[in-house]
Amino acid sequence: MEAIETPLLKVTIDGIEISVPPGTTIMNAARKIAEADPEQHDKVPPAMCYYEPLKASGGKCRACLVKVAAGSEKDPRPMPKLVPSCITQVQDGMIVENTTNPAVLETRKGIVEFLLLNHPLDCPICDQAGECYLQDFSYEHGVVDTRTQEERRTFEKHDLGPYIQLHMTRCILCYRCVYTADQITNKRVHGVLNRGDHAEISTYIEKAIDNDFSGNVIDVCPVGALTDKTYRFKNRVWFTKPVDAHRDCEKCSGKVTLWYRGEEVIRVTGRKNMWGEVKEFICNTCRFEKKETRDWTIEGPTRIERSSVISANKYGKNLIAKPDFALKLAKSQYKKIDDSRPYITDDQTIRQLSIENNKLANERSLASD
Amino acid sequence: MKILTQHINEPGIETFDVYRKHGGYTAVEKAIKSMTPDEVVEEVKKSGVRGRGGAGFPMGMKWSFLAKPEGVPRYLVCNADESEPGTFKDHYLMKSIPHLLIEGMIVSSYALGANKSFIYVRGELLYVIAILEKAIAEAKAKGFLGKNILGSGYDLELVVQPGGGAYICGEETALLESLEGKRGNPRNKPPFPAVKGLYQCPTVVNNVESISNTPWIINNGGEAYAALGVGRSTGTKLISASGHIRKPGVYEIVLGVPVEEFIYSDEYCGGIRDGHYLKALVAGGSSVPILPANLITTTANNEPRLMTYESLSDGGFATGTMLGSGGFIVFDETACIVKNTLNFAHFYRHESCGQCSPCREGTGWMEKILYRIENGRGTQADIDLLVDVSRKIEGNTICPLGDAAAWPVASAIRHFRHEFEWHISHPEEATRPGAVYPTEAVLN
Ligand SMILES: Cc1cc2nc3c(=O)[nH]c(=O)nc-3n(C[C@H](O)[C@H](O)[C@H](O)COP(=O)(O)O)c2cc1C
Ligand code: SF4
Ligand code: FES
Repeated sequence: MEAIETPLLKVTIDGIEISVPPGTTIMNAARKIAEADPEQHDKVPPAMCYYEPLKASGGKCRACLVKVAAGSEKDPRPMPKLVPSCITQVQDGMIVENTTNPAVLETRKGIVEFLLLNHPLDCPICDQAGECYLQDFSYEHGVVDTRTQEERRTFEKHDLGPYIQLHMTRCILCYRCVYTADQITNKRVHGVLNRGDHAEISTYIEKAIDNDFSGNVIDVCPVGALTDKTYRFKNRVWFTKPVDAHRDCEKCSGKVTLWYRGEEVIRVTGRKNMWGEVKEFICNTCRFEKKETRDWTIEGPTRIERSSVISANKYGKNLIAKPDFALKLAKSQYKKIDDSRPYITDDQTIRQLSIENNKLANERSLASD
Repeated sequence: MKILTQHINEPGIETFDVYRKHGGYTAVEKAIKSMTPDEVVEEVKKSGVRGRGGAGFPMGMKWSFLAKPEGVPRYLVCNADESEPGTFKDHYLMKSIPHLLIEGMIVSSYALGANKSFIYVRGELLYVIAILEKAIAEAKAKGFLGKNILGSGYDLELVVQPGGGAYICGEETALLESLEGKRGNPRNKPPFPAVKGLYQCPTVVNNVESISNTPWIINNGGEAYAALGVGRSTGTKLISASGHIRKPGVYEIVLGVPVEEFIYSDEYCGGIRDGHYLKALVAGGSSVPILPANLITTTANNEPRLMTYESLSDGGFATGTMLGSGGFIVFDETACIVKNTLNFAHFYRHESCGQCSPCREGTGWMEKILYRIENGRGTQADIDLLVDVSRKIEGNTICPLGDAAAWPVASAIRHFRHEFEWHISHPEEATRPGAVYPTEAVLN
């Protein structure tokens, strides 16, 4: 039998050309470029809401907005507005500007600012810190200073059953958990209550959460809004050791990542690919109830292909190149530091200086009240 | 010249018999008996009538974009969710002369080949829903609705749906979601409703006033309609006039009336209330840019400003605005622009659906900053921050609510920056009850 050939479409992203089948989005075309050549990792627009395995996800956070400088071969006019790359399909001859377009980068800074505006920034006590996509996004695309002085919105914490905690205050309303809850059950559930910046993930999903696959909402959450209660405060993720493992499971593929502290399995998650997506959802038995090494067949260390803290200092050359935004940012900040100042090393002076600094900071914040 | 409101004050016009006596339902007879659906579309195209819901998109063109795949139903949905602050024309039309909309729905559904059409009415207007349902029952009893209309073989069922109770449900794709029984979140476009609308089928969404024009167009011809008005602003438009004028109300104007005449003549607003003078105008509902006194009756080029799509937007957003939905809000010198901007910002924050981050977070941020300025706790840097936030929302969102939230803030600062500065530099005076920026000081 002969395979039917569909003509491929040619698209250029930041000057790199690639051919993809019709129906491919700009985001997935860019991901293909990076999958072929990890050096081009920064050509991939960031995604805070899009999640390939979840139908209908994407288009909401606007982190992935890009400029289409030419719509297609046939109609080479630029698109008037920036477009969400995760849901915009490529056309033959399309020219896309991501990191090469200043307006895109400026808008992205704005998106970081918007997403952080009501975020509690409680990373020091958040289980997600170190593997948080909002942390990565803001390091790579944000600005260092803050322009807001307004009060942030807060919510009460809420338990969704015995295993999952919803910490709405941290939520960025990506809707991924809503789609997960929707797509793992055949009962449709209303996922969001209220509107605007007072909207919240509805605890109605609790009903859908009474399901063998509910734990997957934890894996899809880009931030620390949905966390694993069996793992709560157990450890910082960068001190743990991830290992791929599997078991025979009648409910799911049984393919997981085990997270070790010493000899102890402290957490089980689905396996995330280089885009942070779990392709094979795992069941609650595997996730919450199989925490002994003997439950599992170990495959070997998990290769973590992202630039976040969890991947730091782990497996040497397995590490992928960090997108150079953060580096550039660090460099530009670094230049401002006055190197000519002698380093202070004596304890007494350091203590004295820090007391004075503290006092000044207190006075400043009192004065601004 | 009146098209929509000619008979609106006839006693009993809300009943089938009186409406019929004044020429009602002749357009249905004419269209169904003597015209093909494509001929109806052609007349509407010729009329040049533009969408009256706000965007002003040519109605005939929208109809001709409707996809017509074999074996797939097509839908017509009437947007009667009217919630834009300052706009109250559809409400007036539906409660006073419900059969006009129903006749328009029949003609339009016939043109589009829809056998089931919907009127999505703002949820708060329960009594209007009752009026429409009564009128539909009457029309059905007389054979103008239901199976085999006037013996032609054409079937049409008309459904009135109470809205979900949110401004955002007036955005056409949110409306469709809501109509399907879901949360009223706008959809990403493309696909547009003309290709994938209600239940993923090709759908046309039109405003009440747009649809109500079709009976007249069919009776009198598209050319007669196009002969009214100026240039690409054809026909008549309902204007909801409110604010500091002598005679607030709904007026039907032929497009092209000078703004000056509309505000000052006794036929329309009757001028600014006694002892006061014009300070600012929001010409097309709360979403459009506000204009200062010197740009209202004349454009930046000193030409008279007309009530048309083109003239009101003359000068772009730098010196112009938009006709929008025709919500005409007039402010005299007692109005505080900062307070008004805060009021609008509060509305958009409250109504943002919260799906996309620029609108969800940006609308709240703008309101909070404006609240501080209004309450004497702003800084001069806040003004530029507001402009920057509005820019980061504009154009980056899923639906136009984000733009609609950004424009009033950006335009208020563009034209009334001095008022914001005064609020910040004179917090004590500015926060006294009823305090307004001392306009005379500037005039002298
Ligand atoms: C936030 C928002 C609210 C809207 N509300 C209404 C409304 O209440 N009534 C209306 O007719 N159009 C409203 N629109 C415009 C509709 O999306 C759509 O353009 C219109 O119904 C099309 O009809 P037309 O072409 O006849 O004007 C709204 C748009 C937005 C973005
Ligand atoms: S612009 Fe605002 S109202 Fe429209 S989809 Fe985005 S969040 Fe919702
Ligand atoms: S990832 Fe594309 S809009 Fe969120």
